[in-house]
Amino acid sequence: MSSLSGDVGGLRLKNPLMLAAGILGTTGASMRRVALAGAGAVVTKSIGAEPRDGHHGPTVVRLGVGLINAMGLPNPSYRAFQEEIDTARGGGVPVVASIFGSSPEEFAEVASALDADGFELNLSCPHAKGYGMEIGCDPGNVEEITRAVKRAVSVPVWVKLTPNVTDIRVLGLAAQRGGADAVVAINTLKAMAIDVESGYPILGNVIGGLSGPAIKPVALRCVYELSGALEIPVIGVGGVSCWQDAVEMIMAGAAGVQIGTALMGGLEVIGDITNGISRFLERKGWSLEDIRGIARRLG
Amino acid sequence: MRFRPANLVIKDVIRETASVSTIRFDRSLDPTPGQYIMVWVRGVDEIPMSFSAPDSITVHAVGDATRALCALRPGESVGSRGPLGNGFRLIGENILLIGGGVGVAPLAFLGEDAKARGIDVTSLIGFRCREDIIFLDRFRRLGDVILTTDDGSAGIKGRASAGLSEIDPEDYNQIYLCGPEMMMIDIIRRWREDASRIQASINRYFKCAVGICGSCCLDPEGIRVCVEGPVITGDRLLESEFGRYRRGPSGMRESCY
Ligand SMILES: Cc1cc2nc3c(=O)[nH]c(=O)nc-3n(C[C@H](O)[C@H](O)[C@H](O)COP(=O)(O)OP(=O)(O)OC[C@H]3O[C@@H](n4cnc5c(N)ncnc54)[C@H](O)[C@@H]3O)c2cc1C
Ligand SMILES: Cc1cc2nc3c(=O)[nH]c(=O)nc-3n(C[C@H](O)[C@H](O)[C@H](O)COP(=O)(O)O)c2cc1C
Ligand code: FES
Repeated sequence: MSSLSGDVGGLRLKNPLMLAAGILGTTGASMRRVALAGAGAVVTKSIGAEPRDGHHGPTVVRLGVGLINAMGLPNPSYRAFQEEIDTARGGGVPVVASIFGSSPEEFAEVASALDADGFELNLSCPHAKGYGMEIGCDPGNVEEITRAVKRAVSVPVWVKLTPNVTDIRVLGLAAQRGGADAVVAINTLKAMAIDVESGYPILGNVIGGLSGPAIKPVALRCVYELSGALEIPVIGVGGVSCWQDAVEMIMAGAAGVQIGTALMGGLEVIGDITNGISRFLERKGWSLEDIRGIARRLG
Repeated sequence: MRFRPANLVIKDVIRETASVSTIRFDRSLDPTPGQYIMVWVRGVDEIPMSFSAPDSITVHAVGDATRALCALRPGESVGSRGPLGNGFRLIGENILLIGGGVGVAPLAFLGEDAKARGIDVTSLIGFRCREDIIFLDRFRRLGDVILTTDDGSAGIKGRASAGLSEIDPEDYNQIYLCGPEMMMIDIIRRWREDASRIQASINRYFKCAVGICGSCCLDPEGIRVCVEGPVITGDRLLESEFGRYRRGPSGMRESCY
């Protein structure tokens, strides 16, 4: 079997397929379960400085082409989360803590309080006032926050970017200047849905983020653009639901791939994708390195 | 099309007690007993509710959304997603239902389905006091009923478990529970040997109800109660957080009393 192991953004992974932030990431047990289902690493729910209950429901709208969510960053705060990370580590793969804050200081406070194998900075959530993309659209903020967290911790720091900007490369370059070990692209696209029976916006928060198959072409384009512009690795996320999608991400230049919405169909999709990539590489006689960024070289 | 919220028009609101109402919709949703729907009270919230019949839910008003739901009138409507979840599995010729409070609602539906299939049904139902009793007639039509009230104002005095002394679990192929968490875990622990024959409908904090947000997961296996439940067998619950703690809307652990 072709080896899928390798270095992704400063972490040694047995395979490049990871659990995306905010998906089954609230409890250590559910993350351990995803790890045991075959993920190469798991990323936690985004954790902040104070407990938040999140938005009122409906928090998700299911569409044929994906999902719109407005969870509202519910989390028990870092003070109540170390236990979950420790449990998740029982899955035997690196546990990356996704964190959020409203300032460089708050990000650094959360990061320095948690013991994790890496950090992913959520500068991209599209539906929480004062957090996420509200600050992550500004390259100055991205650079400063990245630098503050890099100073506070000694493990790899990844920066998760929003696609809701004119040129995502500007944000990627800012993260790189701040010292990021990798960027993660993309978070969800701002979206909404309306109930025709009543005229009400469906989501409790009105606006949410679109994920799933509908956004894969956008995510792929972002990964392609970022990997052309940056020296640091790019981790691709958005709409991956089969091994071909993951291979496309890698061909666009992704060092690793994360998966979220596709888990709605069950945890088996993780094994299906990693096995699919292995079989594909074997059939073609290629290695992961052979195909990484191949589309950049050809097109 | 099938992903849009279904509009359910309310046909009837039946006041069962001071704080519990049954809301009947204008059509059956064809659920399996034990399944639930996410009910969207527009402008308020979306919450999980078990079916108390193929076309109804029975709601205990405990907070904003449940109070708003109970205040709706015939002709008004709610949005909904579902039926969702696994539901109860009918096994054997002779079953026992044990319910407490509004938890008796899905069991009445289950019992009626079982009886229609020729299964013998015995029920043990418990309430705080005489005024809180619901669905006693529905259960009496199914078979033998043991009734308890905490204050002794009707039936045996004490919690639902006070009625257990009248029952030998060996007499039943399958035992179905729904009610307060401490009542359910108490029964499962007492009948530990029979735990794999117990099916309990449990309550956790649901947000997405599609199995991806992680809000409802049960330690230590990480069971996603919203899609793999809400009905879970007693042997799995014995090994779990159930009866020890639960998580609130933020994911913070809290007591399950
Ligand atoms: C599968 C399932 C089936 C249920 N069936 C019924 C039923 O048939 N009849 C009935 O009266 N109740 C049922 N419930 C409980 C009901 O969903 C909650 O009482 C309701 O969500 C409370 O909302 P609220 O806004 O009125 O109260 P809030 O003010 O929000 O809270 C009151 C209490 O309800 C709990 N709660 C709030 N929201 C949720 C939620 N989304 N999921 C779980 N618990 C919550 C809170 O932790 C709190 O203890 C069921 C719950 C689940 C998980
Ligand atoms: C229910 C849900 C919750 C999410 N929560 C977070 C979060 O807390 N932090 C974050 O950075 N991204 C969060 N995301 C975004 C995902 O990590 C991912 O970037 C996005 O969903 C695209 O990938 P997918 O199409 O594979 O789901 C969430 C997505 C969903 C659907
Ligand atoms: S409520 Fe979201 S996973 Fe169950």
